[in-house]
Amino acid sequence: MTTFRSSFPLKSYFFGLIALLYLPIVVLFLFSINSNTFLSFPLQGFTFDWYQKLFASEALLRSARNSLVVALGSSLTATLMGTMVALLMMRYQFRSKGLLVAMAVLPLIVPYIVLAVALFLLFSVLKIDRSLLTVGIAHTVVALPYVLLIVGARLAGFDASVEEAAMDLGADYPTTLRRIVLPMIAPAMVSAWLTAFTVSFDEFALALFLAGTQPTFPVYLYGQLRFANRLPIMIALAVLMMIGTLTLVLIAERVRRVE
Amino acid sequence: MDRRATFWMLYLPPLLWLGAFFLIPLLLMFAFSLRPDMRGDFFQLWQPSLNQYEKLISTGSYWRLLWTSAQMALLISILAVVLSFPIAYFLAFHGKQRVGFYLVLLLVPFWTSYLLRVMAWKIMLGTEGVINSFLMYVNLIQEPLTALLYNRNAVVLTLVYVWIPFATLPILAALQRIDVSLFEAAADLGARPLHQFLRITVPLSLPGVLAAFFMVFIPTVGEYVTPLLVGGSRGSMYGNIIQDFFTKAANWPFGSAMSMVMLLGTLILVLIATRLINLKDLLE
Repeated sequence: MTTFRSSFPLKSYFFGLIALLYLPIVVLFLFSINSNTFLSFPLQGFTFDWYQKLFASEALLRSARNSLVVALGSSLTATLMGTMVALLMMRYQFRSKGLLVAMAVLPLIVPYIVLAVALFLLFSVLKIDRSLLTVGIAHTVVALPYVLLIVGARLAGFDASVEEAAMDLGADYPTTLRRIVLPMIAPAMVSAWLTAFTVSFDEFALALFLAGTQPTFPVYLYGQLRFANRLPIMIALAVLMMIGTLTLVLIAERVRRVE
Repeated sequence: MDRRATFWMLYLPPLLWLGAFFLIPLLLMFAFSLRPDMRGDFFQLWQPSLNQYEKLISTGSYWRLLWTSAQMALLISILAVVLSFPIAYFLAFHGKQRVGFYLVLLLVPFWTSYLLRVMAWKIMLGTEGVINSFLMYVNLIQEPLTALLYNRNAVVLTLVYVWIPFATLPILAALQRIDVSLFEAAADLGARPLHQFLRITVPLSLPGVLAAFFMVFIPTVGEYVTPLLVGGSRGSMYGNIIQDFFTKAANWPFGSAMSMVMLLGTLILVLIATRLINLKDLLE
């Protein structure tokens, strides 16, 4: 049927590459339970010290909390705004539609360094101190396209005639939105929200420019790279966070698939 | 409240938000790139000048760096596409019922933090890192290899690694759309497997391959985080120099001009890509 009758070479290639893809992740995990501050062969011994010390490091925990606050705020805002644009895109005709949709999609394409520089200039000119708020604002902009695509796809998937029927039966438009449209797109909104959350949670390129004196976790991690003896603690937290975001992503995928 | 009132409620918040935090910042960056220098208050209007662009054009080293970044991105995207094609092929034609599971297996590394994966490579490639200490442990080398980290090869290696799962998706989408009966028909007419591959699989997967190429190439040209971590000064890309002009050198007008060049370059690439590929075909 297909070119290679035996799938063996392809299968070994696939699993070889999968092994390579997982190697760095395994290395990170080993590093977090290795008693030496350098990960070098032979391994010295196992320890969970780094995980214990992690909870004593206030600055580290604060940076993790910062990331959480930024991700929560920006993902909720992005979900709200992105859903609005999706509704306008799929259910309305108006003159500036092209402009609005372009502004909502382009952050996916514009390089992060360019957006970082542009927002940096804006906040400098307005004399707004860089903080978690400025990072959060940047993250809403880059997360919005994902929300638009996910919610927009859901809206495209069901017929507008259901809404028309509701309105023919006497419901006004806001009621139709609340009672008919929102329940239908709710799973997509949850999935979009989780996606937006993970986009923000470990974002580094924008945060490095815009965080100021309140580092998010990736920015803090970057600042600590110079201190080799602090690295295992950072990696320990990173491993915990990785498990957290991965769970979220898998839930988001699940929610999206179930629809 | 009627449909029109609802329209304004839905329309104004995202318009104002994206206007204020996306469009205006980019316009401001354009305005800054027309500033003759850093002197004067931000609110003082300035005489637009093309000074920064003239300086940018006349300084060969910036163009060379942009060219080098484009070449690196080209190499990275070609490697990522070539390496992920067999994966997509395997998933499309030999994945059978387990294709969903295999796909998750492939995508999990992609869903873990980008920064962490790049850092993992830093840990592996460093002089006291995993690879060096392992090679020394098994007595293959006596001195640590310093050539592994802080150069362009380290950036290329790390980014190819990062992009492989991502590049697989559009190729897989294109391969899955191929009608299997085409192969049967070709076989009935006497085409041997290699012939079938070259005359059916390759041409029909081309849109996916092109999409994968651009989906890797476009973000890679603008990359600055990976070179920052594993590239060092020898592995710098164009994005790193932009960053330098806003942090170390504090020459915002020149940095803005460099950013504008990157923005325009990216938009042109996107235009070319959308001309070559019908995105709707792949998104289904």
